[in-house]
Amino acid sequence: MKMLLTGFDLLLALTLLWLAWQLLRSTDIFKAIIFFICFGLLMSLAWVRMHAPDVALAEAAIGTGLTGPLFLAALRRIERKAGKNMMSEPAGNGEETGSRWKARNREMSPLLWTVTALTCCLAGLLIWTVLIIPRPLPGLADQVAGSLAESGVNNPVTAVLLNFRGYDTLLEVMVLLLGAITVWSITHAPFPPRVPDTSPVQKAAVRLLLPLICLIGGYLVWQGAYQTGGAFQGGAVLSAALVLLLISDFLWLPGMRSLPLRLGLTLGPLVFVLLAGFGILVEKTLLRLPVEYAGPLLLFLEAACGLSIGLTLAAFFAGGRPASDLRETPYSGEAKGKGPAES
Amino acid sequence: MTIPEIIGLACIAAGIPFFLSGTIGMLRFPDIFTRLHALTKADNVGLGFLIIGLCLQTDDWFIVIKLVLIWVLVLTASSASCHLVARRALQKGIRPWTRE
Repeated sequence: MKMLLTGFDLLLALTLLWLAWQLLRSTDIFKAIIFFICFGLLMSLAWVRMHAPDVALAEAAIGTGLTGPLFLAALRRIERKAGKNMMSEPAGNGEETGSRWKARNREMSPLLWTVTALTCCLAGLLIWTVLIIPRPLPGLADQVAGSLAESGVNNPVTAVLLNFRGYDTLLEVMVLLLGAITVWSITHAPFPPRVPDTSPVQKAAVRLLLPLICLIGGYLVWQGAYQTGGAFQGGAVLSAALVLLLISDFLWLPGMRSLPLRLGLTLGPLVFVLLAGFGILVEKTLLRLPVEYAGPLLLFLEAACGLSIGLTLAAFFAGGRPASDLRETPYSGEAKGKGPAES
Repeated sequence: MTIPEIIGLACIAAGIPFFLSGTIGMLRFPDIFTRLHALTKADNVGLGFLIIGLCLQTDDWFIVIKLVLIWVLVLTASSASCHLVARRALQKGIRPWTRE
């Protein structure tokens, strides 16, 4: 059994390396994205094998489930903008692109050599670092386990993320909010406007799956208190539901009101900041939670953050703010229509 | 080893050929539609046998429900996504393969 598992691990590692190589050398962007998605799925399997189910879940949900579609959406926009369809390019055209790439690579060979040398140095350094790690591993696992009772949750990962090192997570949530603000500043969604053309099978499948996805997202947030799960994983699953709604044209973006969206996007960060301030007022320390109320407070915080993270990731996918949010008429490329600008 | 466990193992063993033929079909079949056809065999029947086999290995009803739920979800998702891939291929004008 042990040998079988070692063989499986070895196969997994080799497949990951092969996929990474294929991803990097592929000149077809669409193919590279598919390789990226496969890589992410196998990577989450690798995390499971390394006994890190929390990371595995985050990798599967955010790293693969959401980043893959994000890339695909970006590719689609590039194609629309370029006025051609790279996905359906016949083989001849693809080869031409490939040869152009090769030609450019030959030109860049001194730079390429430098990059290769630096990468080899980095890889060597990493291997050396892994080799000199003292065993048994030094860590704070015992300290975390010792003070787990004060955190209000039973899952050490959640305890560290939201209570002991809540500061880091606060900043992460803020970074996500900043990302959403940036995306909203760039353009309005959908960009460019598209004609709804959804297969009835897709609509039926989304109708079937949607309640379950929402249930699973909520379950993951709830489960974070005592098992693998949490706001990020639950939020990612929630955003998957929103992405499905978006691509099936159930949500009509141009008509969407922006105020509820804005409230949803800021709910998590707002609750986090309020809790931080609450910690200063009551416990005299930033983000320190009273021990007796820590459990419910953390659950509330996770629910709010999960909702905001889900909305934020879906906003990334939508790629812009709803058109009703614009105060000027949207930028249309050729005719610069000047709307009633509010000053 | 109890009788349900043996039956479970037999079910898992019965599921493996479907995955194998599905994989070979996806690699060897001539066009996108026949490949999709090969893939669904692994998803529907192969995974079904695997789920039945795994259900027979456990005593916990909760796990059985979860396993069956996984199967139903994969069935829904895979049939819908296969339909979408085939639909897109038809829209792009890819003709189904025929023997000359």
